[in-house]
Amino acid sequence: MTLDLGLKLKDDFPILSHKVRGVSDLVYLDSAATSQKPKVVIAAESNFYSNTNATVHRSGHELGELASAAYEAARENIARFVGIEPSNLIFTKNATEGINLVAYAVLNATLLAKSGDKRYNKLAIGTEDSILITEMEHHANIVPWQHLAQVTGARLEYLKVDESGRLDIDESKFSKSTKIVAITHQSNVLGSVTDVTKIVRLANKVGAMVVLDACQSVPHFNVDFKLLGVSAAAWSGHKMLGPTGVGCLYLNDELLGDLPPFLLGGNMIENVTYEASTFRSDNAKFEAGTMNIAQVVGLSAAVDYLKNVGMNVIHEHVRELTGAALKAMISMPGIRILGPTDLTDREGLISFEVDGVHPHDVSQFLDSKGVAVRAGHHCAWPLHRKLGAVASSRASFYLYNTKADVDVFLAALDQIRGYFKVA
Amino acid sequence: MNLDSLYQEIILDHYKKPLGSGLQDIFSGEAFHVNTSCGDEVTVRVLLDGNKILNMTHEGVGCSISRASASVLHALTKEATTETFHVLLDNFVDLMHSQGKVVPDEEVLGDAAAFAGVSKYPARVKCALLPWMAMKDAIEGAGNE
Repeated sequence: MTLDLGLKLKDDFPILSHKVRGVSDLVYLDSAATSQKPKVVIAAESNFYSNTNATVHRSGHELGELASAAYEAARENIARFVGIEPSNLIFTKNATEGINLVAYAVLNATLLAKSGDKRYNKLAIGTEDSILITEMEHHANIVPWQHLAQVTGARLEYLKVDESGRLDIDESKFSKSTKIVAITHQSNVLGSVTDVTKIVRLANKVGAMVVLDACQSVPHFNVDFKLLGVSAAAWSGHKMLGPTGVGCLYLNDELLGDLPPFLLGGNMIENVTYEASTFRSDNAKFEAGTMNIAQVVGLSAAVDYLKNVGMNVIHEHVRELTGAALKAMISMPGIRILGPTDLTDREGLISFEVDGVHPHDVSQFLDSKGVAVRAGHHCAWPLHRKLGAVASSRASFYLYNTKADVDVFLAALDQIRGYFKVA
Repeated sequence: MNLDSLYQEIILDHYKKPLGSGLQDIFSGEAFHVNTSCGDEVTVRVLLDGNKILNMTHEGVGCSISRASASVLHALTKEATTETFHVLLDNFVDLMHSQGKVVPDEEVLGDAAAFAGVSKYPARVKCALLPWMAMKDAIEGAGNE
């Protein structure tokens, strides 16, 4: 690459001119936690409130029509971006809610089946069944399944992470008892990417559904959920340049039809009497109450922005930055990388430890040079325990980062052990 | 903002050579505290004789601020009364929540006064308070037995 993509785009992101602690230029390397927003996204949300604001799907007035049209146009745009039909896309408040929606809907199906509603026998799970997840999940893709297993008596099993920090897809873990396979598309700690096609093939053989956590993949490379063949996928809007408060959930036709609702209330019903209610059968079944309409519209603008830059261009740029950082960090004394140390099946974030210096102190020092990284367990506490680390620091890259950002980060990183007198 | 105001020499010294590190076998009360945002943890044990703190020991993993804070606390409370500990605690909590606007009383707080700079970094206040809160619980636990 000759032109630095980050340099070209930097002016589109107002926050990147922020001075850290009043003095340093901001080097934002925490996009895996949340991305910054381009002007067009901020404007789209603001324009919605200025010109189009109303609730959707319930008002006959003009603004109601305009708001509904904007909301559904956004759904269409976002759905096409990930290779699915708009009718298979459900908006949530975040990816965590999307995963919980599936887990709680399965729990509801189990309870309904127990009460004698035969429609839900297929989805119901119990003591004979198992839920298969992986050691590299973050809390959002562990805790809901732990809870589901606890209340239904199902077993919770794990696919292991190997020495290199990649997922070991042990085929023997897929059995007739496996009902749900929940995996991350890309680890938010290790950066390693899952072979989803293989997971889906193994899951299909035993008739298990595959729930994909796509938080780190959708923002970074072309993803086609239909092609991957997963049953469900959850991701967040705010990690892909969109506003906070909106997440997405893909459900394939089968789950869309079969899963009972999770949240109950307005909009998702078909008919309500004092005695009982019936529910919508389409994706509206899962969108109860007033949704985050302006944020959905903002997310659509983010998708347009990503498409304009080009996902392949973004992917290549982030890989180039990640590769340069990895290469330098490997030869830096006292630095330990968590996860693969080469770019095979791994993407744009690097978690690391600095020997003798706690991650809090690492991030504090980097902050004093304007560099924003994440310090902590990145909501993946069990994985950190497995790797023998209390916590780690994480630098993550995105389209607006420049080669100069990487240089500033590396130069600062190189000084840390000296500052804390452990070098 | 100057990073050295946070990482004062006294703090880094305590971090490198912590006092009271390693748990005593004989103790009156114990408490284990975790900073849920980062996973830092500390176990504090206190040995009391009535209201007199004979010894406080600690063990854990954490950043320089939380480890140094435990070390300073050990030195400050040695042979002190539990009433004195509570006076120190109130003083230290006020200092931590002062956002850099309070000048610490070195006569009262001793080496703990060096943590004044921490109060300018809200994300780090929890680190400094972690061992203090654990010690408070350890003393309360001893009273209940």
